[in-house]
Amino acid sequence: MNWSFFHKLGSPKWFFEISGRWLPWFAVASALLLLVGAVWGLVFAPQDYQQGNSFRIIYIHVPAAFVAQSCYIMLAVAGVVGLVWRMKLADVALKCAAPIGAWMTFVALVTGAIWGKPTWGTYWVWDARLTSMLILLFLYFGIIALGQAISNRETSAKATAVLAIVGVINIPIIKYSVEWWNTLHQPATFKITEKPAMPVEMWLPLLLMVLGFYALFAVSLLMRMRVEVLQREGRTRWAREALEKMS
Amino acid sequence: MRRIVWLLFCREWRLAWRRPGDLLNPLVFFAIVISLFPLAVGPEPGMLRTMAPGVIWVAALLATLLSLDGLFRSDYEDGSLEQWVLSPHPLALMVLVKVLHHWLICGLAMVVLAPLFGLMLALPASVLPVLCLSLLLGTPVLSLLGAVGAALTVGLKGGGVLLALLILPLYIPVLILGTGAIDASLQGMPVTGYALWLGCLAVLSLSLAPIAIAAGLRIGVSE
Repeated sequence: MNWSFFHKLGSPKWFFEISGRWLPWFAVASALLLLVGAVWGLVFAPQDYQQGNSFRIIYIHVPAAFVAQSCYIMLAVAGVVGLVWRMKLADVALKCAAPIGAWMTFVALVTGAIWGKPTWGTYWVWDARLTSMLILLFLYFGIIALGQAISNRETSAKATAVLAIVGVINIPIIKYSVEWWNTLHQPATFKITEKPAMPVEMWLPLLLMVLGFYALFAVSLLMRMRVEVLQREGRTRWAREALEKMS
Repeated sequence: MRRIVWLLFCREWRLAWRRPGDLLNPLVFFAIVISLFPLAVGPEPGMLRTMAPGVIWVAALLATLLSLDGLFRSDYEDGSLEQWVLSPHPLALMVLVKVLHHWLICGLAMVVLAPLFGLMLALPASVLPVLCLSLLLGTPVLSLLGAVGAALTVGLKGGGVLLALLILPLYIPVLILGTGAIDASLQGMPVTGYALWLGCLAVLSLSLAPIAIAAGLRIGVSE
């Protein structure tokens, strides 16, 4: 296997060039997917026989939750890459992805609460999924807080990497313990996402929305990373040239 | 290797007993937090009994965190932590000795004190052994996980709140399993499952956490 691609990622300059070429593609893809998925899901998809129109919030809620969870795994992967190969870009990715992941978790929580009102009759239920999302939000807060508390850039990157790895080992344990706790303390609630076989007209727009959210995540991550790379490499020639080209 | 472990342990022991006040503070905190609850929600025994597992465990969580805040600080400030990092012996092992010593004087003391508070919170005497067992298996996890946070925040000002922010979410499984065991025993159900799970977590953190603590200390010292 050819690893030169991986090694090239160590160069901020190369990353800046290649990400500039990728960015429009991701942006167009995310805009198209989100537009088609949203219109299809919100307007054309059939009503749910139990929940009526209120189920349509699934088209925001589930994609946000997907991205929120995979973003944390991405943080840990970036942490491992940063600690093992000392790749500066991994540090940048870790720092830039954490706030996006926190926002996605927040969106998933808020939409979940809004969805809870018509289906459960209350905004907040200590449901296993909602609770684990809340804990995930706290984990994101921890990473962001640690990253901001350490002023030295390299130390802060390494410390957050260690924290992300410890967190990712803990996530399955937290998830299963919360689910166990939930079954003990609550009668079985109505489970939203384990609906018996969604019809195609319902899950296809959902799939589009999930892909669109991932593309949106990629776009915002790349944009944040490009700014961060420019800030860090501000003294180099290529960064100054790139800045001049933009202004 | 065995000699190093022994020497380190003796050093920690001596340092701890030179300032006995610091030993007591987390325990007093533990006692005060628990005593706040009957004052806040009223002395009705039935309610206290349902709340007791949660109250004792949350107090144990907070007391452990509070005592961990200074775990590496004095060693960091006087430079001995740097010597640890530079020494040829594995840092993870030395850290493990330090954390286990911390557990001996803080965690184990809470295990011993817990039955007293259990009685004060109207827990029936038959539940007290389970209370002790759950704390005995759970507090090492608390000490080890918390030490990871303490290592990561070692050189930072105002590390206390940050430490809580980093570590409390990671404590949730222990909290759930620990209180679950006591609840099960209150309802006359078997607690083996909970105890085994807590034991699992203890073994897991005993084997993995020292590596993370050592990595955290290396990062903190290099700053």
